[in-house]
Amino acid sequence: MEELLKLLKKIKPEVNFENNEHLIDNEELDSFDIVSIVSAINEEFDIEIGAGDIVPENFNSVEAIYNLIQKLED
Amino acid sequence: MKKNILQYLEEIAQQYKNKTAFGELNREITYAELLTNSQKIGTGLTSLEKINQPIAILLEKSVACLETMMGVLYSGNFYTILDMKSPNERLISILDTLQPIAIIVDEKNKAKAVEIAKGNQKIYLYEELMKESIKPEELEEIRSKMIDTDPMYILFTSGSTGVPKGTVINHKAVIAYAHWAKETFDINENTIWGSQTPFYFSMSITDIFTTILSGATFYIIPKMYFSFPVKLLQYLEEKKVNTIYWVPSALCIVANLKALEEVKLTHLEKILFAGEVMPTKQLNMWIEYFPNALFANLFGPTETTDICAYYIIDRKLENTESIPIGRHCDNCSVMIIKEDGTEAQKGEEGELCVRGSFLAQGYYNNPVQTQKVFVQNPLNQAYPEIIYKTGDIVKENERGELIYLSRKDFQIKHMGYRIELGEIETAINAIDNIVACASVYDEKADKIVLFYQGDKLAEKDLLEQAGKRLPKYMCPNEIYCLDRMPYNANGKIDRKKLKTMI
Repeated sequence: MEELLKLLKKIKPEVNFENNEHLIDNEELDSFDIVSIVSAINEEFDIEIGAGDIVPENFNSVEAIYNLIQKLED
Repeated sequence: MKKNILQYLEEIAQQYKNKTAFGELNREITYAELLTNSQKIGTGLTSLEKINQPIAILLEKSVACLETMMGVLYSGNFYTILDMKSPNERLISILDTLQPIAIIVDEKNKAKAVEIAKGNQKIYLYEELMKESIKPEELEEIRSKMIDTDPMYILFTSGSTGVPKGTVINHKAVIAYAHWAKETFDINENTIWGSQTPFYFSMSITDIFTTILSGATFYIIPKMYFSFPVKLLQYLEEKKVNTIYWVPSALCIVANLKALEEVKLTHLEKILFAGEVMPTKQLNMWIEYFPNALFANLFGPTETTDICAYYIIDRKLENTESIPIGRHCDNCSVMIIKEDGTEAQKGEEGELCVRGSFLAQGYYNNPVQTQKVFVQNPLNQAYPEIIYKTGDIVKENERGELIYLSRKDFQIKHMGYRIELGEIETAINAIDNIVACASVYDEKADKIVLFYQGDKLAEKDLLEQAGKRLPKYMCPNEIYCLDRMPYNANGKIDRKKLKTMI
């Protein structure tokens, strides 16, 4: 989780990721951010997030992104 | 021969009364409804008792915004679409140049309109205008006074002095341009557009006005879907979209995330793009999925309405090859002018210059900038003829196709937007404790890189400050603090040196 948070902050330093459950709904992340985040996670965690998993529900909070990574690591 | 874009709308609305003209996620309107609603809005605006004046529209990309655009035209005035997401400071700077007689906004965003108008403009609410009853005689009277060179809209682009420039486009230019686009790509009543580009961006002229010329259907794609390609493609399939005209970044997102594997698009047959360089690798990924579709690279500035040259992909391009910008559009002439004012020979580099009816009339309230780039044709001494100097350096290849090489100045193309690095620097320089700054563009990574000298600020704070003055797409993607900026012999910041430091 720490590692993920560090990675997200590096991509979008101006966004407050902690305790934020509306990253997408509030348009704090746009399509270019999603692409950067997906490719950074794929590289860092050595997984492949498929297009089918790139849905708003999986990106609205750090927890949601974390859960997605956990799911794909299993 | 028609003099006003609304005459096309009226003719098409007769023919396709009950056909869907424009749609968004939760709303669709027919051509008959579009006509009625725009006439209501137009009638409401006659209370201003002015024609040929600018009116600003502060509405999100929506069917309501389209109705309002047509409504402004019915009132005999011309519009500027304001970007709702732009910081107030930038919007105020646009209003200062434009001096609109009114701002149209909806209930939801009324507060923002009040903030930027500062009491200078009359504010109309979309919801109120929609309650008007149409006064046909008044609208007819207005129409009788209009000519085809009256402005239709003013589109603001980034300006090098830090002040956005407003390109003046008249009815004649839009009619000429939209005719070309309609004929060339066979846009007809069966066309269903899936629209990606914002209405304050010149690319939207193509899909909106070919729709009006042909009786096509136009669906606004919710912006959020471009973050979630599977949802995006499902929406296209659900709406039976067969034609798209997107910025390459949007096409690349879909290709890079391999979304085309997940959803089969059974209707898509025409894929057009413009606004920035389309990477050949991602184009080839698309072609693999749609081997029988038409792919075309369109090229041009806001000052030629949208486009002046185009290339329909007619051969296999290697991933390392750049996509040509092709040939001039019909009824639009392009020439390559060298620095000495003479025409370039085959293979020689020069500035792309354009003449013809697609041309803008200049920049609104800005004679200085206008005279710099709207100039007498250097190849014609016989009579007055204005050409537009695009600032794009191009050459012709052995096939007679135009190849884009670079920009003449510090203007860049990023995320589909035309950006003057100077405008970014002006905004950053305005932040306290910044001594000097320069931004350069990293073409390979498609990133705006900022170098600055001054008290080291946390990146987050700097971006937050920048975000108050610049739209998001103009904010730097990478930031470096230097002890001292490098300077060249002329005492100017050495941008070449900075580029090597990325």
